[in-house]
Amino acid sequence: MLLTTLILGLVLGGTYALLALGLTLQYGISRIMNLAYGELTLLAAFVLVTLFNALALPPLLGIALIAPAGYALGWLLYTVMMRPLVARSGATGRLDVDSILATFGLLFLIQGGMLVVFGSNFTSISYLDQGVRILGVPVALNRLIALGICLVAGGGLVAALKLTRWGLTLRAVALTPGSAPLVGIDVTRAARQGFALGTALASVGGASVAMYQTFSATDGVVFTMKALVIVIMGGVGNVAGALIAGFALALFETFVATAIDPGLTLAATFTIFLAVLLWRPQGLFGRV
Amino acid sequence: MAKSLLSLLLPLAGLVILGFAPLAVSDYGLGLLIGGVTYVTLASGWALFSGPTRYVSLATVAFYGVGAYTVAVLNETLPYPLVLLAAGGIGAAMALVVGLSTLRLAGVYFVIFTFGLAELVRQLITWFEVNVTGTLGRYIFLDLTARDIYWQMLALAAATLALTAWIRRGRLGLALRVIGDDEVVAAHSGVNLARTKLIAFVLSATILTLAGAIASPRWVYVEPAIVFNPTVSFLTVIMALLGGANRLWGPTLGAVPLFLVFEWLSSHFPDTYPIFLGLLFIAVVFLLPDGILAGLEKLRRRPVADKTDTATAEEPA
Repeated sequence: MLLTTLILGLVLGGTYALLALGLTLQYGISRIMNLAYGELTLLAAFVLVTLFNALALPPLLGIALIAPAGYALGWLLYTVMMRPLVARSGATGRLDVDSILATFGLLFLIQGGMLVVFGSNFTSISYLDQGVRILGVPVALNRLIALGICLVAGGGLVAALKLTRWGLTLRAVALTPGSAPLVGIDVTRAARQGFALGTALASVGGASVAMYQTFSATDGVVFTMKALVIVIMGGVGNVAGALIAGFALALFETFVATAIDPGLTLAATFTIFLAVLLWRPQGLFGRV
Repeated sequence: MAKSLLSLLLPLAGLVILGFAPLAVSDYGLGLLIGGVTYVTLASGWALFSGPTRYVSLATVAFYGVGAYTVAVLNETLPYPLVLLAAGGIGAAMALVVGLSTLRLAGVYFVIFTFGLAELVRQLITWFEVNVTGTLGRYIFLDLTARDIYWQMLALAAATLALTAWIRRGRLGLALRVIGDDEVVAAHSGVNLARTKLIAFVLSATILTLAGAIASPRWVYVEPAIVFNPTVSFLTVIMALLGGANRLWGPTLGAVPLFLVFEWLSSHFPDTYPIFLGLLFIAVVFLLPDGILAGLEKLRRRPVADKTDTATAEEPA
């Protein structure tokens, strides 16, 4: 029982951690609180299902196509929609509220578009859903592949942020956007890359969710909420914190679902969220 | 003097006309009137707290739904006035708990928390009804006609606007505006941040809860998925912002046209409705960040340079 919870929780945690990582990059580097994040995730999930059903494209190949497409979409969204808001708000604190309201509009726009194009039914694909036994616990193979994808994408990104010069630039902007220009960093460019990168991670996360889970066009808000809770738990902009908090939340949720009641998982998420906000608003692991 | 008298008489005249309106319209018209007045109440009640402080609350439907649910639970055991009183009390108590724990948070965290509060309340009530009481839906059988509901809602709307006007003139309104401009400055000038925000939040939430309680007999059958419809929260925010959330008549000016537009859209284009909602949100943020009233003033001020203009001069009747 305990082992089942642990393994299922870890598998779910991979997706959560990846989604939270994307959101924390967007808010940490480009300072945009993106409430349409879950919708972008779902969009990628729908694209993967469509590619699989219509063109019989293997999901792994699909993800390889979806990730750069997500990056391009994020780049476009930042340039067209977010950049004018950033320029308008300048040094005042309006950007937070403006970006929340604008991405709120985006949320409905994408959700409405998905409802029209894909309908409101639950969607899923059956791909490699035979069970594999890990330490005696049956786990579907597609879930393990999804976990693998999340670990590769998330781990690769964390390494790039830590080790490369490009990663250093992004971290500098996340830490002090005011002083980054003093050492010759193009903050706008870094912010755009951060937003685009976050969208790419959302797409990969969404595509991997589509491999093992049933979803519908109105589920986006749940993804956004969970990613937000994880980001705040881990500390805004804190990449390692987001990864740890993602796994922690998934374990806790799986525990509540198996041991208490599946109907209370969201309530459990919120209880944690509230506790963290009240006790350590800077996150369990601090900012950046 | 004449101007301030006019700004008192015009709304009163409007209230009298609206009060007699049900005698002249069809059932469908009365339905529209109820919906319109409900959204005027919601948007104005929301703006009472969120307008001056700029704390964007997305929890409107949490309070609205709790109001409706209170009526659904208590309508057979208590007389109607007591039910309303209980609903208001529950709303205020809930706002007190939520406010005490979250109003110390910075803006973004507050938005996110309220974003999920409605969903949390809905899930908890659903879980409680399914597992403890064993019924998911409830019926409201009250001896109230649509006109009764309309008059109650109109009274609540008038009370909300009067309360907002009164707060705006006093110390509380000033304190709230300073908090909205800069919390640090507010704290240094001796404003008790927590208390001021809490008072306004509880007042606002009580109004929202009462609106839900008054509107609930229209549904007859109530279940969590119906009364905690998140669209209500979003519509309220966009209505108040469109008109101008920190003006007395701003939310009214945003609520009336938007309610009619969305009523028409949802009956003619039910499938593409969210797309319009999204486009409208984006348009308001980009084109009218301070609302229609501020936009109009800017337009009027442009030809006559430096003319001191009062916001009360252009009230919609």
